[in-house]
Amino acid sequence: MSTPRPTTATQPAAERPPAPPARTEPRLPGVLPLALVRARVELLGFLRERDAVFFILLYPVLMLLIFSTVFGSDGLGLVDDAGREVSFARYFLPGMVATGVMLSSFQSLAISVAVERDDGTLRRLRATPLPPVAYFLGKAGQILVVTLGQVAALLAVAALVYDVPLPDEPGRWWTFAWVLLLGSATGTVCGVAFSSLPRSGRSATAVVTPVVLVLQFISGVFFMLDQLPVWLQRVAEVFPLKWMAQGMRSVFLPDSALVLEPSGSWQHGPAAAILGAWLLVGLVVGVRTFRWRRRDDG
Amino acid sequence: MTTAPTGRAAPGPAVHVAGLHKRYGSKQAVDGLDLDVAAGEIFAVLGPNGAGKTTTVEILEGFRSRDRGEVLVLGEDPATAGRRWRARIGVVGQDSRDLSELTVSETVRSTARSYPDPRDPDEVIAAVGLEDKARTRTRALSGGQRRRLDVALGIVGRPELLFLDEPTTGFDPQARRAFWQLLRSLREDGTTILLTTHYLDEAAALADRAAVVRDGRVVALGAPETLGGPEARTPLVSWTEGGQVRTERTAAPTAFVAHLAARLGPHGAPDGEVPGLQVVRPTLEDVYLGLIEAWDETPGRSPAATDHGATDDGATIPEAAGAAAAPIESPTAAGPTLQEQR
Repeated sequence: MSTPRPTTATQPAAERPPAPPARTEPRLPGVLPLALVRARVELLGFLRERDAVFFILLYPVLMLLIFSTVFGSDGLGLVDDAGREVSFARYFLPGMVATGVMLSSFQSLAISVAVERDDGTLRRLRATPLPPVAYFLGKAGQILVVTLGQVAALLAVAALVYDVPLPDEPGRWWTFAWVLLLGSATGTVCGVAFSSLPRSGRSATAVVTPVVLVLQFISGVFFMLDQLPVWLQRVAEVFPLKWMAQGMRSVFLPDSALVLEPSGSWQHGPAAAILGAWLLVGLVVGVRTFRWRRRDDG
Repeated sequence: MTTAPTGRAAPGPAVHVAGLHKRYGSKQAVDGLDLDVAAGEIFAVLGPNGAGKTTTVEILEGFRSRDRGEVLVLGEDPATAGRRWRARIGVVGQDSRDLSELTVSETVRSTARSYPDPRDPDEVIAAVGLEDKARTRTRALSGGQRRRLDVALGIVGRPELLFLDEPTTGFDPQARRAFWQLLRSLREDGTTILLTTHYLDEAAALADRAAVVRDGRVVALGAPETLGGPEARTPLVSWTEGGQVRTERTAAPTAFVAHLAARLGPHGAPDGEVPGLQVVRPTLEDVYLGLIEAWDETPGRSPAATDHGATDDGATIPEAAGAAAAPIESPTAAGPTLQEQR
């Protein structure tokens, strides 16, 4: 062990079999560079599909505009710590942020993966050495960029048009960050899992949209939770959107608004637990049910 | 011998199939098929719709599971082969409908990134004749241009083995000739090509060897010019005599025609010409149709496959087929387990 190895220059070449020709076989590209390639492809494809960009990006903004206009600016009869009246626009903003996250992750992925399975995109990718993980990371990257753009647009409209004060405490922005990321990740894996349900690409929208709509109505996005019957509140508590919306309310609403929460608390612990549980369930179901080809394709 | 992929110098056949079986519900799509494709050849698989061509090719590509039989593609079992194996094959499937907002150039470039040693995307785009369309979004391509993009995506990874499933369907005659030239140049580069086609002239022009598949098994195999044996190619002489068309199969048409001219000379053909004379050598298509006909009349042929034609090679096998599919392993441990399920 301690004997210094002779340098290769002095090593008699005859003692060893002739060195095999240098292994010329190039390495396979890594997962992360390929994930970036895929994210770029997904993002370009998404941004060039103008109608989809419009509806996915601007739908929450439009809903905020409509709801704030319908309910007027008289407010909820609550004041925040700074003595400002809490307007309807301010009350609805968190729900719209949550619903936007669900649309750009769960809805867009459930539909796009179903369509790509149906039209052969997945099959074509499967025939290449692209690792499946890179495909999904590319999707997640696209969703993250779109979600950030969508949320930025929402906050800008709320702040500039409705004068909604944005939080100035770092703690609230931390809550904003983890609810956004956890919610987005949960929506992504659940979207992949759900994409196996529609029988074809054409039926995907019809299958996914009602799920999303019903969740929006029962999860305190369009109505205050305490306006819903208790049994419906219990149903909503099973699904992630309620917890995302509630988490976002804790970011944008003052603690005085807790009187409108049926539980009287922002419930960050349960919110993280339930979102995390859906993340795990979505991952397991997605991994077990994912198909590269159509259901009727043998 | 190691089981690791040995790269371009892989010895042995590019494809080895023995006793392959695959059943969808009550239909035996592949029924004891044997096939060997040598490295470097263009091999054509011929057969009517529903004969099991596409099912077989999809098993070789790793898209479908098999019920039983031995399958080695580039020395590996497609059912379990991983990324490195996929980097060595190219697949041009049937019926591609995925249209995208990406341009031809962007599509070929991003696909090339998945491969360890890709061809130059611009050269590939030029080779399939899409230079003028490089900046066109794929959604805006015509059917024939789409098909050429499919081929570009199939060869950009510099595959050792290229699968082409009815690649020239919908091509105009000029595009087909250009495409044949592309395939010949790929063969010169050492690419093995396995091609399914309905066009017998395509097989005759390109293939070093061809197999005729019927009812899920190979019923004839050989170079296109020898397929079906010498009898199947016996020339047919036809002429008009006494107001009637008459025909004669003969291995010596020249002698026969000379004899005919001498016999008819004085009265039948005053100018020395035999009326309505034709000497026809059967084309590959005639031979092929004869082979299929002969097989269908063979007593004891598998009755399970009599419903051919109802489906297009199993590509659109209905719902019941899904139940027969089995899991395909994911190549990456961290990736999703891929499972065919209903």
